[in-house]
Amino acid sequence: MRVKTDTIESAIVKISDGDTIMVGGFGVPGTPFCLLDELVRQGQKHLTLIKNDANEVGMGVDRLLQNGQIDKLVVSHIGLNANATKLMNEGRVSVELCPQGILAERIRCAGAGLFGFLTDIGIDTILAKDKLRMEVDGRNLLLEKPLKADFALLHAYNADPLGNLVYAAAAQNFSPLMAMAANKVIVEVEHLLASGDLQPETIHTPSPFVDVLVKLPVLTAQYGILRHGR
Amino acid sequence: MKKPASNQLSLATTPILGQPPRERMLLTATREIEEGMTVNLGIGLPTRLVNYLDPGLSVCLHSENGITGVGPGLDFDQADRNLIDAGGAYVSTLPGAAFFDSAVSFAIVRAGRLDLTVLGAFEVAMNGDLANWMVPGVFAAGVGGGMELAQKARRVVILMTHRDRRGKSKIVRECSLPITAAACVHRIYTDMAVIDVAEQGLILRMIAEGITVDEVIEATAAPLQIPDKSLPIF
Repeated sequence: MRVKTDTIESAIVKISDGDTIMVGGFGVPGTPFCLLDELVRQGQKHLTLIKNDANEVGMGVDRLLQNGQIDKLVVSHIGLNANATKLMNEGRVSVELCPQGILAERIRCAGAGLFGFLTDIGIDTILAKDKLRMEVDGRNLLLEKPLKADFALLHAYNADPLGNLVYAAAAQNFSPLMAMAANKVIVEVEHLLASGDLQPETIHTPSPFVDVLVKLPVLTAQYGILRHGR
Repeated sequence: MKKPASNQLSLATTPILGQPPRERMLLTATREIEEGMTVNLGIGLPTRLVNYLDPGLSVCLHSENGITGVGPGLDFDQADRNLIDAGGAYVSTLPGAAFFDSAVSFAIVRAGRLDLTVLGAFEVAMNGDLANWMVPGVFAAGVGGGMELAQKARRVVILMTHRDRRGKSKIVRECSLPITAAACVHRIYTDMAVIDVAEQGLILRMIAEGITVDEVIEATAAPLQIPDKSLPIF
C-alpha cells in the first residue's frame, strides 16, 4: 500500500490561489496550526475557509486573516476573534454564518455524496432569509446545501503510514466530516505509528479519505494550554 | 410538540435565603436538573450551574464540541490541552463519558435526546421567543449551536438578569432583536423572579427574597399573571 507521508512544504504547495479549504478544530483542539502557519508562509490568496470558528487573535486562522489571504469565511461563530469580527464589519472578509450542527451536517452531506438536506433549524430566523423553502408532508422546511472543499487541513493525534487517523478527546469535532468532504486531505500528525499498531475498531477516519500525512517534529506553544480566563 | 419535563417548584430551603441574588438564582435553577437527565448548559452563567449541583446527582452533561459526560472545570495546571467545553473552558470528564464528532453531537440535539438546556438571553418574549445571539451593529459573531439547542431541547430554561445594564426589561412583549428560535422558552430564572411561559402568557412562579410583586411587575415589559396564592421565595 502507498505510504502517504510528505514534507509540510510540498503538502501545502499543492494549494492554489482561490481554493476552498476546510480546517478542522473547535478552538485549539484539532486546529492544524503548523499546516496553517505553512500556508501563511507560502501566501496563497483569495481563499475560502470553512471552519467552526476563526481561532483567537494571533493564532491559526487569524494569521491567514491578518496576512490578507482569506476572502470568505464559512463558520458557526467568530466571537473569540475580535480581528475577524472587525474584518467582517469593514467588509474586507465575507462571512457566512451557519448554525453549528447545520455546518457539520452540510459538510457531512457533501462527504456522503448527497446534494442537500431539509431541516427546520433556524426557520424562524434571519439565517433562513435566502434559503429555499420546501413543504414536505405538511412541514415547512429549509433546503441546506452541501459544503465541499478543494482541501481539508486536519490535525490527528495518532496515524499510521496508510492514513488511518485517531483524534484525541474533543479534538475530533469537525475533522472526520471534513476528511470526507474535501478532494485532497492533508493531515498533520503527532504520532506516526507503524501499520498495524492502530486497533482497527478505534480508527475515527479510515485511510481512503486521507491523501497526505505530515509528521510534526514538535508541538509548538500554540497547541498548549491557553492560559487566559474564559 | 415539546414535552416539558416535570419540575416541582418547592419552597426555598434555608441555605438559599440570605445569599446574594445571583447565587440564589443559580441555586434555584439547579432544581431544573434532575437525576438521569441529559443536559446542555449554555456558555457563561448557565455553565456555572455545574458548581452548584449535588455531587451525588447522576446527570449527563453534553457539550456541543463533542462530549457527553462533562465533569467539573479544571485549573490550567491540571488541564488536558485537547479537552475543552464549547465555551473554551478546560473540563474533566466523568466515568462513562464519550467523545464524538460534531455531526453526532448535533444529532443528539436534533433527535430530541436533550432533556434540558439552560441558556442566557438578551430578550425573551411573552410567547417564548428567544433572542440571544445577535445585536445588529454591536454583536453579530454567529450563533454557534444556539439555534439547535433552543429549537430542539425538550425543555428550554433561561438564566439571565431581569434587566439589562441600562435597566431595561429583558422580558418583553415581542423581541426587538433577531430571534434565535420562536416560542421555545419554558421558564425564565432571573435575579428577581421565576416566570413560566405558558399558553396563556407569562406566569409569576417564585419571587426573590426582598423583592415585591409590584417591583417584578414594574421591571417586566410584558403582562405578567400573578397567582392568588402566596408565592415561594428564593
